[in-house]
Amino acid sequence: MLSKGLKRKREEEEEKESLAVDALWLDPGHAAVAQAPPAVASSSLFDLSVLKLHHSLQQSEPDLRHLVLVVNTLRRIQASMAPAAALPPVPSPPVESSMADNLLASSDAALSASMASLLEDLSHIEGLSQAPQPLADEGPPGRSIGGAAPSLGALDLLGPATGCLLDDGLEGLFEDIDTSMYDNELWAPASEGLKPGPEDGPGKEEAPELDEAELDYLMDVLVGTQALERPPGPGR
Amino acid sequence: MGLSAFSKYLPIQEGQPWEMKTPADIISTVEFNHTGELLATGDKGGRVVIFQREPESKNAPHSQGEYDVYSTFQSHEPEFDYLKSLEIEEKINKIKWLPQQNAAHSLLSTNDKTIKLWKITERDKRPEGYNLKDEEGKLKDLSTVTSLQVPVLKPMDLMVEVSPRRIFANGHTYHINSISVNSDCETYMSADDLRINLWHLAITDRSFNIVDIKPANMEDLTEVITASEFHPHHCNLFVYSSSKGSLRLCDMRAAALCDKHSKLFEEPEDPSNRSFFSEIISSVSDVKFSHSGRYMLTRDYLTVKVWDLNMEARPIETYQVHDYLRSKLCSLYENDCIFDKFECAWNGSDSVIMTGAYNNFFRMFDRNTKRDVTLEASRESSKPRAVLKPRRVCVGGKRRRDDISVDSLDFTKKILHTAWHPAENIIAIAATNNLYIFQDKVNSEMH
Repeated sequence: MLSKGLKRKREEEEEKESLAVDALWLDPGHAAVAQAPPAVASSSLFDLSVLKLHHSLQQSEPDLRHLVLVVNTLRRIQASMAPAAALPPVPSPPVESSMADNLLASSDAALSASMASLLEDLSHIEGLSQAPQPLADEGPPGRSIGGAAPSLGALDLLGPATGCLLDDGLEGLFEDIDTSMYDNELWAPASEGLKPGPEDGPGKEEAPELDEAELDYLMDVLVGTQALERPPGPGR
Repeated sequence: MGLSAFSKYLPIQEGQPWEMKTPADIISTVEFNHTGELLATGDKGGRVVIFQREPESKNAPHSQGEYDVYSTFQSHEPEFDYLKSLEIEEKINKIKWLPQQNAAHSLLSTNDKTIKLWKITERDKRPEGYNLKDEEGKLKDLSTVTSLQVPVLKPMDLMVEVSPRRIFANGHTYHINSISVNSDCETYMSADDLRINLWHLAITDRSFNIVDIKPANMEDLTEVITASEFHPHHCNLFVYSSSKGSLRLCDMRAAALCDKHSKLFEEPEDPSNRSFFSEIISSVSDVKFSHSGRYMLTRDYLTVKVWDLNMEARPIETYQVHDYLRSKLCSLYENDCIFDKFECAWNGSDSVIMTGAYNNFFRMFDRNTKRDVTLEASRESSKPRAVLKPRRVCVGGKRRRDDISVDSLDFTKKILHTAWHPAENIIAIAATNNLYIFQDKVNSEMH
């Protein structure tokens, strides 16, 4: 389905305005809410992204870059669809917002849970097939955690949804794989199965508890080994 | 070199493109060696084809400096990872040449998981005149041997022999996207989505992890490594790019684990161009140091950017590759084209940059004159001594006769891989399963 040209002209023009018009979607007083084309535009973009994510997760070895980009885009779309307190034109009543929240939250949480479980499986298997890596207590570039967490914060407190097709389907896929032999203490987070609170960042909390002294020792050993092993550069 | 010369006088010295015979042989990487004498291509079927430039001769002026096939070999085979029940693709992701240190040539080729060092040697002489064996190698009847002779080396048809010298396996959990040989000629690095490893060319059973961006909780994963390269002169410096559009310059002498960058190059998002797809289109698909080592070139979905190593806040130059696609991002997201990874290249003097696009178009930007040109790699334009005609994409409004409209661009014809000869105006363009080699005969010296 490679498009040679522009398929949905109307949708694209509207997509640009969707950020502003989405506010209308959330206003229960708006008569034509269900049929408003902008709502269709951004919700179809949402559906498309969910479809892409689902397809990506179904691969035996997902393309991480594709996966990460689709997830981040999905988060952006959700962020624009969710009512923000700062959205001036629409004083959305809290009841309506939380319903929309629930709808989005269940999909997002389920997606996150599915992606998380898949990526955890990857890391468990990796623990077995590879020599132990030096613990990266810095974690990923700091700003990426800071950036991602807030937008999910309000939405993931509900926990994984039950009865979500996506969730069930993926659970079924992994049922017959016994990952117990792959469980490697080095990688198993204590908070597995629970949604982490974004403010707490439990993943980061765990690492420092592994003793600053032990980490320092590890680093010294590595630096010492590397100093021995690394070949000298050309006089620089 | 003025770009006007390039577009007016660009005869194609390759009569027909070298076409791979089977449909599976989509070219996946192209790389000149350090002298430009050899050109290596890798394909989806795990094969490597090396072309060699014929020496120019007065006898055949028409075939001056043509590239002919020098060697073909199977570098990688499909593998099955039994632990994860996964098939590992044999597609060659990258080829990098080692600087030549003796008569043999060496290159590194890699698929998603395994890097191999190949040695390419020539044999053009063979010994003749043995005493005990005849021409076919059969033992002679000793009674017929009446005198002794010394075997002499006689010329023979050139035989190119390729052998795998090292196999660097089990270093990567995720897919390798780039390799880069260090200027010290002893080490090289390989990068996958989350980690970068440093190897010694002579040691295959271990590597050092120098970058690790894997989060403690994979749920927190929001960014991956997309490309990496060593600095051409400083053996301690390297750069890696990310899916969020940032570049990190790292100094291996600062720490064993280079998670803390020395410099972070990032351009703030343009608020007027903000969309749902801002992050995807900012993802850097390729990064290349200039030959001088002073600049870096990056490619994201719509632009190529030149960065000065001394300025982290923003690129010093930005060139629009196909800005007419900006309003089509939704469709391109739908058909996954927005995830295409284009490469970029410098010319030898760092004055012109080149990158591929759709419809078998590729673009060149002259940094000095600020002029740019769009050219097409197609069978129609590749007749012998034909001149490449500049192409134009029209976005509505006035349309000239040979213009292509945006809506008739063929998005299946993408030029992802391009390479520029290190010293001359010769370029190699991979268009799906065809390789095009173009040469600027009028201005073969680089300015």
